[in-house]
Amino acid sequence: MHFLGTLIWPLLALAIILVFNAFFTPIMFQMEIKDGHLYGSLIDILNRAAPVMLMAIGMTLVIATRGIDISVGSVSAVSGSFTTVLLVLDHMPLAYAIIIGLGVCALLGLWNGFMVANIGVQPIVTTLIMWVLARGIASLFAQGQTIIFENPRYEFIANGFLFGLPFPITIVLALFLIAQLLTRRTALGLFIESVGCNPIASRYSGVNVRMIKQGVYVFTGFCAGIAGLINTANIKVADVTRSGDGLELDAILAVVIGGTSLDGGKFSITGTIIGAIVMQTLTTTILTNGIPVQVTRVIKALVVVFIILIQSEAFRVKVRGLFWRREHEAANR
Amino acid sequence: MKLQIDKKYIAIYATIAVAVLLYVAVGIIYPNFFGLRVFVNFFRDNAFLGIIAVGMTLVILSGGIDLSVGSMIAFVSVMSAYLIENSGMNPFLVFAISLACGALIGFSMGCLIHFFNAPPFIVTLAGMFFCRGMANVISLESIPINNPLFKGIMKFGIVLPNNIKIPTTVIIYLVVFVVFLFIMHFTKFGRDVYAVGGSAQSALLMGLRIGRTKVLIYTLSGLLSSLAGIAYILNTPAGYGLAGIGTELDAIACVVIGGTLLTGGVGYLAGTFIGVLIQAIIKTYLTFSSLSTWWTKIAIGVLIMIFILLQRFFSQVTRLSKAGGEVIFKKLGPVGRT
Repeated sequence: MHFLGTLIWPLLALAIILVFNAFFTPIMFQMEIKDGHLYGSLIDILNRAAPVMLMAIGMTLVIATRGIDISVGSVSAVSGSFTTVLLVLDHMPLAYAIIIGLGVCALLGLWNGFMVANIGVQPIVTTLIMWVLARGIASLFAQGQTIIFENPRYEFIANGFLFGLPFPITIVLALFLIAQLLTRRTALGLFIESVGCNPIASRYSGVNVRMIKQGVYVFTGFCAGIAGLINTANIKVADVTRSGDGLELDAILAVVIGGTSLDGGKFSITGTIIGAIVMQTLTTTILTNGIPVQVTRVIKALVVVFIILIQSEAFRVKVRGLFWRREHEAANR
Repeated sequence: MKLQIDKKYIAIYATIAVAVLLYVAVGIIYPNFFGLRVFVNFFRDNAFLGIIAVGMTLVILSGGIDLSVGSMIAFVSVMSAYLIENSGMNPFLVFAISLACGALIGFSMGCLIHFFNAPPFIVTLAGMFFCRGMANVISLESIPINNPLFKGIMKFGIVLPNNIKIPTTVIIYLVVFVVFLFIMHFTKFGRDVYAVGGSAQSALLMGLRIGRTKVLIYTLSGLLSSLAGIAYILNTPAGYGLAGIGTELDAIACVVIGGTLLTGGVGYLAGTFIGVLIQAIIKTYLTFSSLSTWWTKIAIGVLIMIFILLQRFFSQVTRLSKAGGEVIFKKLGPVGRT
């Protein structure tokens, strides 16, 4: 029951959106099996949410250490750019191209971690620099070009099926299980939470604070790299200026909706996954109801403000005070 | 006579030295660089950045951060262009509306940050997406402005000898800078900003009105970003939803390069002025040498990193020399957060 306690809010949000859709766009719930593959709007939502889910899994751990990484969108453009250029222009084998692409992303994550953990620069500033720098690197490596490609094996990352499920969903499941096992079946999760609660006390109790911090940023860079591969393989174009643009807010939102506090110290990867699904369902709902795409950013910004308010102690006290007073007055009358 | 250098100003001196070195170095490569025309262009092309950086200095001095400034440019430029062109409003009225909108958005963000104790970066990140989203909602296309009165304001300027003109935007920037220099150094509000950034707790115990100061700082930052939006369309007469992407980092870079500590409480507006100048020199050099514009971003990213590293180095050296007890904290490593 306690386990469900933290997840009740994101699940409730998801339920509300789904009920709304059940009335207005029932077509969303149709599902069918074609050639042994699962098709349908709901599967589509999961599939589309995959890049954000991947980024958000990493982001959850970063936020749990009281950090933030707003460079994930740009870093995802780097893996897309590197892998595509190496594969298409340099005719490198796919496996090597992917390993190099993801490796560069992990390196960029390491740089973020180094600046935050060893130099002590605020995470927001470090990753803001990387936000610009990574896109610059991606653009320079692709020499400012938008590369179009045809490669069935590369496209499999985004459009393939494994065990009847779209491949991106399989990747997310695998990464989710790994992260969940590492943080919940070993002491690593506890270390991450303790670093987020109190770095000095953690250090005194023998936790290697710097390594934990560096580790979470590297992991986030790696996750963003995979997300970038999916994004690029999906549209068969390595578009360095637009790929992954704006996904950082989606990832942060997914984490925060999932119940991970921005003050660090506690996290829930399961919550994050649900949060990402909530975000994507919201976006799909907006689109299927014929509201222009441009409005989604404004709506998302308002959702953030709403969540900030709910998370704020001061706000809750005020709202509670409002209701209490009313009950009081009613009783007096 | 011994040359006395006040320790307080050492960061500004370092920034000035870097600016002069860069200016001379680029001037040696491209002799045309030394002309007065190029110098005026530094200000013309970066007036909007300078105006934003003034607001950002206040925000960072108070220990916060404002990520919404770049999107505010896009929002104000698109809204102004739409109102002037499609609704046929008087440009001056449109400017007033824009400034009011900017101040209102800044005020709302300040309230969220102060009253609900929300982290500034997440609130202003939401503000960033809100403004960019609103810009796209108003128009996805670029709207060119052809209003005659607007063109008149654009063409206005003080003409110097050799037919070099100081345009409206530069005049706005310089006036804003001087006004805020006065505010920061000679008014109670200016000292309040430093107090809040130095230690909000102590400021509160001293009886300062922290809330009023914080909300006012973000309101002013919003107001100045919308003014920067106006300066932006006065430079390139069109409203576009993708305008000003990455300007927030440029503005933060100007402030940090100018010697203001990201932790708040330490720094001067004059340093920011030089910081803007350094960026102007780098940008102009890259235009002269026709390298990819991405190099500007990379150069600024690297420069801001170097300055942050230098700041950490110097502040740790002084801390170490002040007290032996601090050594423990140095070994522990920094534990700061946003």
